[in-house]
Amino acid sequence: MNRASTFSKPGVSSIWRRNQRRLAPLLFLAPGVVMFAVYVVLPIFQSVWISFFHWDGMGPKDWAGLTNYTDLYDDPAFWTSLKNNLIWMALYLLAIPLGLAAAIFLNQNVTGIRIYKSLFFFPFVISQVVVGLIFSWFYAPGIGLLPEITEWLGLGQIAVLADERYVTYAVIVAGLWPQIAYCMIIYLTGLNNIAADQIEAARLDGARGLRMLRYVILPQLRPATFIALVVTVIGALRSFDLISIMTSGGPYGSSRVLSYYMYEQALSEYGYQMGYGAAIAVVLLVIMMLFISGFVWRMFGDEKEG
Amino acid sequence: MFPRPISEYSRGYRALYQVVLPVSLIVWLLPLIGIAITSIRPAQDLATGNYFGLPSAIALGNYVEVFTTSAMGDYLWNSLRITLPSVAGAVAISCLTGYALSSYRFRGNLLLFFIFVAGNFVPFQILMVPVRDLTLQLGLYDTVTGLVLFHVAFQSGFCTLFMRNFIRALPHELVESARVEGVSEWRIFWYIILPLMRPAIAALSVLVFTFVWNDYFWALVLTQGAGSQPITAGLNALNGQWVSAWQLVSAGAIVAALPPVAMFFLMQKHFIAGLTMGATKG
Repeated sequence: MNRASTFSKPGVSSIWRRNQRRLAPLLFLAPGVVMFAVYVVLPIFQSVWISFFHWDGMGPKDWAGLTNYTDLYDDPAFWTSLKNNLIWMALYLLAIPLGLAAAIFLNQNVTGIRIYKSLFFFPFVISQVVVGLIFSWFYAPGIGLLPEITEWLGLGQIAVLADERYVTYAVIVAGLWPQIAYCMIIYLTGLNNIAADQIEAARLDGARGLRMLRYVILPQLRPATFIALVVTVIGALRSFDLISIMTSGGPYGSSRVLSYYMYEQALSEYGYQMGYGAAIAVVLLVIMMLFISGFVWRMFGDEKEG
Repeated sequence: MFPRPISEYSRGYRALYQVVLPVSLIVWLLPLIGIAITSIRPAQDLATGNYFGLPSAIALGNYVEVFTTSAMGDYLWNSLRITLPSVAGAVAISCLTGYALSSYRFRGNLLLFFIFVAGNFVPFQILMVPVRDLTLQLGLYDTVTGLVLFHVAFQSGFCTLFMRNFIRALPHELVESARVEGVSEWRIFWYIILPLMRPAIAALSVLVFTFVWNDYFWALVLTQGAGSQPITAGLNALNGQWVSAWQLVSAGAIVAALPPVAMFFLMQKHFIAGLTMGATKG
């Protein structure tokens, strides 16, 4: 297994032996760095470049300057998508307090609680495609439970996915289902690791219930909250699967978000507008970078301390 | 422990908790339970409007029909052919990168690490056009290999983050003393570090399995048709084909959901350890 034995000439072998400590990391890194550069890092720059062209994906690229971006500015569908992205993000944040509530509810020592925790976590494990189908069925008029419930409440059968007023919210609810489960499991781990003596001390001081939560528990859960925030914001901005499965952006494009609109522009029956699609992707990247850089910055701080 | 253990509360509260717990679980999983029941409902139940009552019979035939009348078997097979090599590739690569980034000091180490981390969070759409173009040029469009290569590359970002942090927590003295003994760098990795990484490899494998199995976007972008598409994209195609045959859609959805669910239950401890990494670190 000795690497040195693979070199036949003694000269090369001794160079290897002398510089092993310096060369080894390069060799260890090579496959990962090459793959990641080719498939992730370079494409980011290529996409930015492509966003300055009109391109159908096959023929020649025509320089477009900033026209893709100025077109975006005048495109109502873009603004609808952007608005929906903000709604997604705002409502997705509900997954954090709801996940915390579920975790507090389940952080007990009764028999069978482990099974309960796993079953509550279930929605996160299954594919978003399946979640989308489940909720499409749940919402379907004539078949699903929700229209049945609205009728029972005297509101008539409401087809939420066919109604421009409700559609985005209905899809977000489907997305919250696995996201709450995710936040729950993060908080359960966090609660598990809280210093028991501090809780006891606070109890002796008379701290209980919400005061305990606010002043003793939440500060200790900060790392968990941070992770929950990161995965939730990224999850909201990445939303694509549910929209594709449940509404295809409809009705009349009212449930599009940037990620879906980008796909529609670049690769669908509406034509292959790669340049325009790339411009949408760049806007999405800029929004996401605000959060990514915050996250990385904090991790960087941790590294310097640690 | 927060909240106070339920055993310290009065008997009434304890009884209440024991009742609320199963009820809340049923409400939480109601959509899933509904689709599971629909998947074994005979077609005539749906025709006669029996959507919510007990099924008139248990029609496991729905599952047989899913496999005999559609390409579900192919999609399932493709999912396996895509997922297993992707997991193996991404985990293997990240054992190497994780070790390099955690155990060697060199210029740009931290920068490289943060590129892996940040790349992990970019929107897929910013990669879509160039990756599709590259896959076309390699002649790998609409092949399982094209999809596997992308998954290996993309997942290695998250995996590197995971592995690097795991190895850093291992005792470094082992490596130092082996070096003093003159053991080569590769042997140190292979005989000392790798055996210690087993729990991390297990945790990552389960997680990456779920991520790749559940991927839908890249399947849409890089493949088309039952020759290479995984079950997520296949399910979407079949959903269009089985218009309002909800018993079949449901059975198909259950089939697609089962492998990651089984994985989760078999490797639960590893799965959660992987997912919540960092949630406890200050």
